Amino acid sequence: MIITGLCFYMFSTVIIASAVMVILSRNPVHSVLFLILAFLNSAGLFVLLGAEFLAMILVIVYVGAVAVLFMFVVMMLNVNFSAMRAGVLQYLPTGGMIGLVLLAELIFVISAWQATPAGLEVLASPTPINVTNTKALGDLLYTKYFYLFQAAGIILLIAMIGAMVLTLRKREGVRRQRVAQQVGRKRQESVEIKKVTPRSGL
Amino acid sequence: MTITLGHYLVLAAVIFTLGVFGIFINRKNVIVILMSIELMLLAVNLNLVAFSSFLNDMVGQVFVMFVLTVAAAEVSIGLAILVSYHRLRQTIEVEDINLMKG
Repeated sequence: MIITGLCFYMFSTVIIASAVMVILSRNPVHSVLFLILAFLNSAGLFVLLGAEFLAMILVIVYVGAVAVLFMFVVMMLNVNFSAMRAGVLQYLPTGGMIGLVLLAELIFVISAWQATPAGLEVLASPTPINVTNTKALGDLLYTKYFYLFQAAGIILLIAMIGAMVLTLRKREGVRRQRVAQQVGRKRQESVEIKKVTPRSGL
Repeated sequence: MTITLGHYLVLAAVIFTLGVFGIFINRKNVIVILMSIELMLLAVNLNLVAFSSFLNDMVGQVFVMFVLTVAAAEVSIGLAILVSYHRLRQTIEVEDINLMKG
């Protein structure tokens, strides 16, 4: 129990500190690295909560794909990021006030909230006992939520095609292979038969 | 030192607020705004998993999977728009993005 508590406080401290660094650091590359740290530590929290599969998905999808994508874009764009920091102090009071109000409201809601005992009885799909987390998730995902799962796949497909279409460009002056032209070539166009008489040359 | 549902909810609230705050103070930099949105989505996911774990209901974790899917799609499209916009105008400052006169 003590270990769980210590782990929770350690993970949550690191998450909050790195979230602060994500929004405050001057260099976007550092922001991305702190975002990765926040995601890794929240994967640790997911493991504490007993959602091992989602923890691994978080590491694979966020750290492995999304954060690397951010890193690529930050490094690819030739933008003066330090010039963008100008005017931070101007936005600080408004942002800080709205953030404080939002945090206070959320904490009021959380402290006032209580689950009714009747509500605890009505579960959509109770967590099965003696079944691993991955199997329990798969049992739900491939049966009850199968159509939603397919829709999620279609969303990813559309996002993939959309990203390709958005960034594709035709560049001038690039030599390309034209396969149709190569395959459609006739024998008459490329080979000529010459009669060569001996000792006279062409 | 028992960790209750309330601990996780307060942590998620703090992360969410930091995300909102990040959008406000990085008004000019679209990339950091996208990262702040990721932080907010992370807070929501943390809430869902915490409820799922403490109320013994599996559906919360299924929902987290879908939220992760949509977040990944959103980031890839957002960054693709950013790259093609930068190619067009050589800037990504939010205040310069006014092609549609909105």
